Amino acid sequence: MAEVLHVEGLSKTFGALWVTREVSLTLAAGEVHAVIGPNGAGKTTLIHQISGVLLPDRGRISLRGRDITRARPEARARAGLARSFQITSVLPEFSVLENVALSVQAHAGRAMRPWGRAGRDREANARGMAALERMQMADRAHRPAGTLSHGEKRQLELAMAIAADPLVMLLDEPLAGAGPEEVPRLISLLRAMKGGPAILLVEHDMEAVFALADRITVLAEGRVIASGRPDAVRGDEAVRAAYLGEDF
Amino acid sequence: MTGWRLPLGMLVVFAAIPLLPLGHDSGYAMLLGARIMVFATAAVSLDLILGAGGLVSFGHAAPLLLGAYAVAALDKAGVDGALPVLALALALAGIYALLTGAVALRTRGVNFIMITLAFAQMVYFATGSIPDYGGTDGYPLGERTRLFGLKVLHDGLPFYLSALAVLVASYLVCRALLATPFGRSLVALRQNEQRARAMGIDPLRVRLGAMVVASLIASLAGVLLANESDFISPAYGAWQRSAELMVMVLLGGAGSLSGAVLGAGVVVLLEEGLGRFTQHWPLIFGPVLVLAALGLRGGLAGMWARRG
Repeated sequence: MAEVLHVEGLSKTFGALWVTREVSLTLAAGEVHAVIGPNGAGKTTLIHQISGVLLPDRGRISLRGRDITRARPEARARAGLARSFQITSVLPEFSVLENVALSVQAHAGRAMRPWGRAGRDREANARGMAALERMQMADRAHRPAGTLSHGEKRQLELAMAIAADPLVMLLDEPLAGAGPEEVPRLISLLRAMKGGPAILLVEHDMEAVFALADRITVLAEGRVIASGRPDAVRGDEAVRAAYLGEDF
Repeated sequence: MTGWRLPLGMLVVFAAIPLLPLGHDSGYAMLLGARIMVFATAAVSLDLILGAGGLVSFGHAAPLLLGAYAVAALDKAGVDGALPVLALALALAGIYALLTGAVALRTRGVNFIMITLAFAQMVYFATGSIPDYGGTDGYPLGERTRLFGLKVLHDGLPFYLSALAVLVASYLVCRALLATPFGRSLVALRQNEQRARAMGIDPLRVRLGAMVVASLIASLAGVLLANESDFISPAYGAWQRSAELMVMVLLGGAGSLSGAVLGAGVVVLLEEGLGRFTQHWPLIFGPVLVLAALGLRGGLAGMWARRG
């Protein structure tokens, strides 16, 4: 399968602390690659470096062969990288549809356009509505995003990512903070997204990880301690040691 | 974004002022109305960056001052044509916004406020140090600006209608701009910068673009102000003027554009009205502002939106 994201030898330190240490991983088209690890393993820092919020000290990140190691977040987004945040992040004053439509326009590089009414961009609206339908929230399209429930905001973030039709989606704990009744629904929505853009999934919920991932990389103290198919990772001794005491 | 009722209502009021049967006071009513519209133009442009964009610029009097000095500079050179005057005013204001914005936008919060103030103070002192234009004493305007030889900015109705046309055009431009993807991006950056950037919105370019547009519009207000007073002085760009424009925007309701017009009307009328009773009018004006800030969520425009 074609490789869309290539991370090689990524390292970053905060003072004396190695938050990312020689991390390499790849993401193939259509694949769900989960990154797991105990708290403090450097999962979110890794996502931040791939999306450009943080810059690595060393290493290389390329998106479909194009080096984006030092590109700014907005440039990466326009190059085909979409992400969700660990803490829900939407545009609260805009309607749900406006959130999704702006995501389509901005990812396509049309956000600077000083002409034409944004609300009448048919392509953006159509793609936005399609994404909302896939995320089963088309009925919420005209509500202000700030009035949604937490779980609905999670769904909206996913809709904003898929509406942009990116090459790669970085999902940073898409289930975080969702209530027990919302989790199965979100997992089924994530499963329905499989086969589309390649997904790098950081998630604590092991049930979700094993239900969704084609490959799993395990981080501990900033470094990769195991990587492979879910069955292989599950049986790995180093992984069991890192998760000592946890039900895995 | 508010509807069309408030702006249309205000348009009707402004259009009616010259028609009122006020006799001798008609000229005074038009003078006051024109003054409101000139400041409203500057306030609307500030609202684009402050209200919609969340960029608290404390230096918006600077482009106004540059517009006024474009009039002075060309008057000194014996030019009173509107086209060269506008070209110079827009060029100065545009370059000013590009240069200062590119620096100021690398800062946030209080630093942004202070740096925009600092740049505006530089313009203030620079204009006051040009002997050719009267230094700090100011420059008495020889000839008012003409459009193709027409006295469009001369006393009474011509000036009034020109000010009205500039205000309406400025309002419509800002309003239309906010509805474009560019405008949406500007507002998105205020709501959640991290999210907007993750979508692909470039904060610097969008905000710089908005600052340039706001600066261009404010320079038009400066051209009008110079002609209204027949006198150009650095005082137009004093920091108090920048603060006054912020008060207009906040009192009217940040982000609503039409609120900025309301705010300009209230501030100019209060200054004029209270100034008749006492020279200590700021003592009354201050508490009124404090009460408005405390009691008016969304400013006057917000009060209008929540009515009945």
